[in-house]
Amino acid sequence: MGMTMTQKILAAAAGLSEVKAGQLIEADLDLVLGNDITSPVAIHEMDKFTADGVFHKDKIALVMDHFAPNKDIKSAQHCKCVREFAAKHEISNYFDVGEMGIEHALLPEQGLTVAGDVIIGADSHTCTYGALGAFSTGVGSTDMAAGMATGKAWFKVPSAIKFNVVGKPSKWVSGKDVILHIIGMIGVDGALYKSLEFVGEGIANLTMDDRFTIANMAIEAGAKNGIFPVDALAETYMKEHSQRAYKIYEADEDAEYDEEYTIDLATLKSTVAFPHLPENTKTIDEVGEVKIDQVVIGSCTNGRLDDLRIAAEVMKGKKVAKNIRCIVIPATQRIYLEAMEEGLLRTFIEAGAIVSTPTCGPCLGGYMGILAEGERCVSTTNRNFVGRMGHVESEVYLASPAVAAASAITGKISAPEEG
Amino acid sequence: MKASGTVFKYGDNVDTDVIIPARYLNSSDPKELAEHCMEDIDKEFVNKVKAGDFIVADKNFGCGSSREHAPIAIKAAGVSCVIAETFARIFYRNAINIGLPIIECPEAAKGIEAGDEVEVDFDSGIITNKTKGLTFQGQAFPEFMQKIIKSEGLINYINKKQ
Repeated sequence: MGMTMTQKILAAAAGLSEVKAGQLIEADLDLVLGNDITSPVAIHEMDKFTADGVFHKDKIALVMDHFAPNKDIKSAQHCKCVREFAAKHEISNYFDVGEMGIEHALLPEQGLTVAGDVIIGADSHTCTYGALGAFSTGVGSTDMAAGMATGKAWFKVPSAIKFNVVGKPSKWVSGKDVILHIIGMIGVDGALYKSLEFVGEGIANLTMDDRFTIANMAIEAGAKNGIFPVDALAETYMKEHSQRAYKIYEADEDAEYDEEYTIDLATLKSTVAFPHLPENTKTIDEVGEVKIDQVVIGSCTNGRLDDLRIAAEVMKGKKVAKNIRCIVIPATQRIYLEAMEEGLLRTFIEAGAIVSTPTCGPCLGGYMGILAEGERCVSTTNRNFVGRMGHVESEVYLASPAVAAASAITGKISAPEEG
Repeated sequence: MKASGTVFKYGDNVDTDVIIPARYLNSSDPKELAEHCMEDIDKEFVNKVKAGDFIVADKNFGCGSSREHAPIAIKAAGVSCVIAETFARIFYRNAINIGLPIIECPEAAKGIEAGDEVEVDFDSGIITNKTKGLTFQGQAFPEFMQKIIKSEGLINYINKKQ
């Protein structure tokens, strides 16, 4: 029986000629990732190890992005703990304020993630790198610690759901709409323990940034990973960003899938996930009148250059509605600079939005945009759970950068054409 | 290995943001995290929970973030075991890795209500609802998982193996 793309990568990393869904394997890791929230717990676990040291100082990435620049004293202590650990073990890929960005935008940009890699990260959105044809998945701090010490992790080989992508999306439909549509269709546990494997000619109509967004939110369907085939666009991206050799894996023709769906990009509409689950989706024409208080455009899901270009296109020459706070967060320093050079930041500031340093802050209710009781936010982030962005009685509506930008202009959830 | 206690019951998709809200993630101290465990879904939980008690829930318990702070908070609050219809995969790994027993058992999730007195035998996987006089066969932990739990987590277990 054939293997899926994910299974082929895992088999190679485990030194096996073949693996089957459900099989327990131990795989070699190409990269172990942690951030300022999860790494301190991992470092504390590392201290318990009788063996000293890390498996490879160049294959660990530590990114201070969640509560950095430090939001309070406790966060400062956490960052200090990671900084000292990185110095002690001479971790080459330690990213602090000035170099850091939101981890899942930063690592591909830095060329640290390429096709064929096996990557674990103590952050659930580690699945983002599947856009480049890597196997990457989120784990907890203890797995991160064991990974940093040994360079290995155990996995249960996942089965997969196949999405055959066809057609071309209309102007304002982006990767966010694709993945929200899928989560709405299969549910927040629709892919529990499984891979989402994307195939089909329609993928050529998705930019790399669209693909990062789609793979990023695989976890919101419960998936272990989401993965794209490596085409010319992905190869160009890797050659531009990385010195590392990549390896292209393809699913076998007779690979077995638990379920198969066709996604016709041409039929998709702008999609919004209502509180309090990413599966509570409505297309923009079904939304009705939903007044809002805040807009966040950014995050590991939608803080890349394409996202900012789309938002700026909608907001150009317009004003954010009175009493709406609009927070734009370029995901990395490089994106920030490029957005500045393209004039996007000027567009945002002239419209009355603010532009923040890269941080995960508002997405998880950390800082830089906390919601009060009863407030509503349209956000390009990835989760809209109870209390996610602040008060337990606040609400988050997940949407694309185009919808978020239009909503900032009108003060209510709006289609990009209305913005 | 057995545990017994009272049940706190929740529904589908209990996410890690309600188990331990991110506003408390500037700490990694188990005691401090335990003080806010389940705060956004059940304010009374931390006042009522006693050592040995259980959390029982429906589908997809622990979905969302990879924060290990979630099972750490539950364990430090005194909960002896979480029983659910299904678990989100990162939460499942994290719970085992820190030595918090969890059991997938759809029948038990349906047949146990808030306040029921329950006993779990980890060796056999048998869950007994003493209040209702019902028993359920949950999956017994494989030996290596029992060893991780007895060692209070994966790292201690790896150390012992070496």
